Amino acid sequence: MTVAQPLETQPTAVPGLPGWWPAVRRAGSVLLILLVLVGAWEGYKALGAATGGLIPFTALPLPVRADDKSMPHVWTIVGVLFQPARRGAEQLLWQILLEAALFTWREALAGFVVGSLVGFLLGVVFVHSPLLERGLMPYVVASQTVPLLAIAPMVVIWGSRLGWPAWASVTIISAYLTFFPVAINTLRGLNSPEPTALELMRSYAATRRQILWKLRLPAALPYLFTALKISASVSVIGAIVGELPSGIPDGLGRALLTFSYYYITGPEKLYAAILFSALLGLTFVVLVMLVERLVLPAQRRLE
Amino acid sequence: MSTAQPAVTFRSVSKVFNERARDRVKALDDINLEIQPGEFISLIGPSGCGKSTLLRLVGDLIAPSAGTVLVNGKPAPQARLNREYGMVFQQATLYDWRTISHNVQLPLEVLGWPAAKREARAREMLRLVQLEEFARHYPWQLSGGMQQRVAIARALAFEPSILLMDEPFGALDEMTRERLQLEVLRLWSQTGKTVIFVTHSIPEAVFLSTRVVVMSARPGRISGVVEIDLPQPRGFETREHPRFFEKITEVRERLRQDEVRTPSA
Repeated sequence: MTVAQPLETQPTAVPGLPGWWPAVRRAGSVLLILLVLVGAWEGYKALGAATGGLIPFTALPLPVRADDKSMPHVWTIVGVLFQPARRGAEQLLWQILLEAALFTWREALAGFVVGSLVGFLLGVVFVHSPLLERGLMPYVVASQTVPLLAIAPMVVIWGSRLGWPAWASVTIISAYLTFFPVAINTLRGLNSPEPTALELMRSYAATRRQILWKLRLPAALPYLFTALKISASVSVIGAIVGELPSGIPDGLGRALLTFSYYYITGPEKLYAAILFSALLGLTFVVLVMLVERLVLPAQRRLE
Repeated sequence: MSTAQPAVTFRSVSKVFNERARDRVKALDDINLEIQPGEFISLIGPSGCGKSTLLRLVGDLIAPSAGTVLVNGKPAPQARLNREYGMVFQQATLYDWRTISHNVQLPLEVLGWPAAKREARAREMLRLVQLEEFARHYPWQLSGGMQQRVAIARALAFEPSILLMDEPFGALDEMTRERLQLEVLRLWSQTGKTVIFVTHSIPEAVFLSTRVVVMSARPGRISGVVEIDLPQPRGFETREHPRFFEKITEVRERLRQDEVRTPSA
């Protein structure tokens, strides 16, 4: 905290403009960037078409092929969402993908909750026991350097031997990814109070529990939310990766796998599935941000 | 001096940091000092003279390497557990997520006071430092000087008999500083607390104190104690009193003698 702060540090709107203007501007900039990305995609395709797939003024091929089989037009990808998923099927592709996304989100949410709880508890244990922190932290870090693709099938096999439902294994795989950022950031947050803030508690002869509840935990909240935003997005990745070896047919994992088989004939369906996976992660992160806004005033958010 | 039990007693106290390491530092050496209840004591000296260390020994925020520190006749750790002192740091150290009122209530929560009693006391303390109308504000909405007044209210909330202040106005501008000095004097005379005040400002020490403890560095020693017999209560006119300048000169010369002895400073 700086010493001499002005009386009003609330983010104020530009004078003469209504209060909702900043929100509109933010939405506008997001939309603008989306347009730029679409423009870049289509521009690259146009370039490829004009030069016959070569880098201009050279005989070298473009790094990524720009033809419709590799990079379908943006409108083709959007259009395929509104076509039946299979020939003769009733459901449109977007309906199938939405159902798959919601299914995957339930697994991701469970993994997010379990992983965040585990990570949070690890942070709390570590801040109170430097010995455990020194002993366990290398393993916590190492856990994230092992490829998830190698671990996921093992978890699925163990899970089925123990008679767990398939989604439980997916939840564990998702939690395996989510616990890490939460553990690290919780520890950082719990250690974030200045020395004098802790000495103040010592001068009151506060107990460890009082220091935890009245100082360390509230101080850690901004860090915790930063971690939860990361966890929300990786929990979706964990769930999708977990679905593949589990053979769960209802989620985005299977959809991505199936459409990648048909990539040669219809790449736009895979792109559509990728779009939904990204949107799912994004939506989850935005949900966490909304909760953060309710819990933390602007002055305390780490952004 | 009264015959009552001293508020603070230092007996042959020394403090060594990093005792077993190569970079061991003798911060304090053979400190003997007695502070009577109701005194206003300033600790002054060059940086590195151990004045803050001395204060932190009283608060049992650190332990002495040798010697005894007694607070109200008890060992310092026991006095801390009895909550016999309140502490004010250079930074206000308010908790950002608490309103001003809840910051003042923090020690009372730790002590387990019921909510209604806590709120009443916080109101009373905020009235004392004239910040009642800011009870529901958050720390970032207050100026540095106001934040420091909240810190003082918080330190006094549970009625400790001793107030420890570690350069409390060091980060404030001169005008705010002078206003808060008057405020501290007013609180001191209203409440009759013992105040131990660390500063590196000679006029501040002389203006506030009944005695100024002058310290020298490497290792930290008490090189002299200057009685400040300026009339009480003190106010704006004190700073224009001829004795005020005499005392400032006396403290300054006391400090300079030490500088001559240790030219490295």
